[in-house]
Amino acid sequence: MKRSHLGHALLGHGLAFLMFFPILWMIITAFKTEIDAFSMPPILFFEPTLSSLNEVFARGSYSKFVTNSVIAALGSTALCLVFAVPAAYQMSFFPSKRTNSTLLWMISTKMMPAVGVVIPIYLIFQATGLLDNILGLVLIFFLMNLPLAVWMLYTYFKEIPNEILEAARVDGAGIMEELRFILLPAAIPGIASTALLCTILAWNESFWSLQLTASNAAPLTVFIASFKAAEGMFWAKMSGASMLAIGPIVLLGWAMQRHLVRGLTFGAVK
Amino acid sequence: MAASLQGQGGTAVAGRGMAKEAWSKQRWTMLALIAPAVGVLLVWMIVPLAMTIYYAFHRYNVLYPERFGFAGFRNFSLLLNDPMFWGAMGKTLILVGASLVVTVVLGIILALVLEKDFPGRSIARLMALAPFFVMPVVAALVWKNMLMHPVYGLLSWILGTLGLPVVDWFQNWPMTAIVIIIAWQWTPFAMLVFLTSLQSMPEEQKEAAWLDGANPIQMFFKIILPHLSRAITAVVMIESIFFLSIFAEIFTTTGGGPGQATTTLSYIIYTRAFLEWNVGSASAGGLFAVILANIVAIFLIRLVARNMQNPEKFG
Repeated sequence: MKRSHLGHALLGHGLAFLMFFPILWMIITAFKTEIDAFSMPPILFFEPTLSSLNEVFARGSYSKFVTNSVIAALGSTALCLVFAVPAAYQMSFFPSKRTNSTLLWMISTKMMPAVGVVIPIYLIFQATGLLDNILGLVLIFFLMNLPLAVWMLYTYFKEIPNEILEAARVDGAGIMEELRFILLPAAIPGIASTALLCTILAWNESFWSLQLTASNAAPLTVFIASFKAAEGMFWAKMSGASMLAIGPIVLLGWAMQRHLVRGLTFGAVK
Repeated sequence: MAASLQGQGGTAVAGRGMAKEAWSKQRWTMLALIAPAVGVLLVWMIVPLAMTIYYAFHRYNVLYPERFGFAGFRNFSLLLNDPMFWGAMGKTLILVGASLVVTVVLGIILALVLEKDFPGRSIARLMALAPFFVMPVVAALVWKNMLMHPVYGLLSWILGTLGLPVVDWFQNWPMTAIVIIIAWQWTPFAMLVFLTSLQSMPEEQKEAAWLDGANPIQMFFKIILPHLSRAITAVVMIESIFFLSIFAEIFTTTGGGPGQATTTLSYIIYTRAFLEWNVGSASAGGLFAVILANIVAIFLIRLVARNMQNPEKFG
């Protein structure tokens, strides 16, 4: 029994290590010099250096990419919550016979493939000055994540006992007071994990940001994609930039892993 | 749906267990709460799609705007007679199908291993989950350069050290290479869903099977796999929708090549739209993508709807 226990632990850690290895290798490479980064055979023991990371920071445009990513992710997430919280509140506490079909319809808008609508969006953005404008990206990520935010908040609000709200109503609270002072405090964990998921998805989104931005509004995804022609010359810098770009998001993802299934499967998995 | 209908008559906005009269006056409030979200999604769904349909029936190239005109079904017939389009359809199905099989199989294996308790299990789970949070361009570039590079890649070194032939992944096995990258990113998602599903499995069921003398293989096929079937269906459908529009992984590695080897439906639409600026043809292709995605979406929505009607199994 003991031995099979140990074997299982080794197997579990071994498989997990294999999955994590490409990330680990990227982190290791980020602390190498460019010469060490593509030496053959690969070097495992080396003098770690911050030179590649410093070079990434030194690029004048780096802070711009970061700023764009932060604005797009946080801006779209904030908009999502502003639109989704009232809708989810209405649907979970005052369901009508249309509620279920409204929810299903909202989810179905999430299934529209981006390539099916990218051309009109591009033309509209071109005509309205939203092309290569960070506000355009905020708008797209907001619309992309809104159905998911409504859905996720709806499932969390469903879990809040109705009696709490009723007590407030008896005391004469209006809808706005009820939302602000009763619902929001009780729903903070659910709202937080919804916000985290929206942020992660917006941060990692690559299709729209590659199509709709150039020099002005390009987020980190576009910056990293610009290394695609680098062919071994800039592996350490590429790794450094990648590590900085995914680090915060992997940490956020780990923090909300329990809530991920609920948000991404629309309750299709119990 | 009937279960959620608490009020009588058509207005039915009574809150859960709330006096009806007090709130029926406030129907407008209800509307104000939900209308903004419904409104923006309605616009988001209808306007671009209507424009795509409109352009699909028109001759329109951004480079030659003067040649604009109604084209009937010409864009579609050109597309359907284009071997490149059918090639791209085939590549899309291979990419989606292979990625689905690999992620589901590996996801089940990982979930089964990481479900059983062992020291450090939560850390192992975090490690295995991490690739899902890596942005697609990073995943693609790390694999393409540092792992799969034919000369300096770690995999080449490992294969060479073991005396195996070194593979130039993106020249000789481009589709396999892209499937590997996608599978690396999405296996954690499958694993996580399967872990959730396994945790809801009644212990007695497993114990009863053990007492009946079932061996691990019988256990897997008779007990575990049937239990996972709904989770597998959900993973297959959700992943299909994401895999159908895979773009960044191809854009940053092969650019659709070599030749047309990795030109999928999304990628051919991208080249038609943003390299040839042929809006008409790209829109017609876009409509095919919409139809393909909707076929999957219908089944997924049905599954979600079925779960909504069984609240006790919900979440």
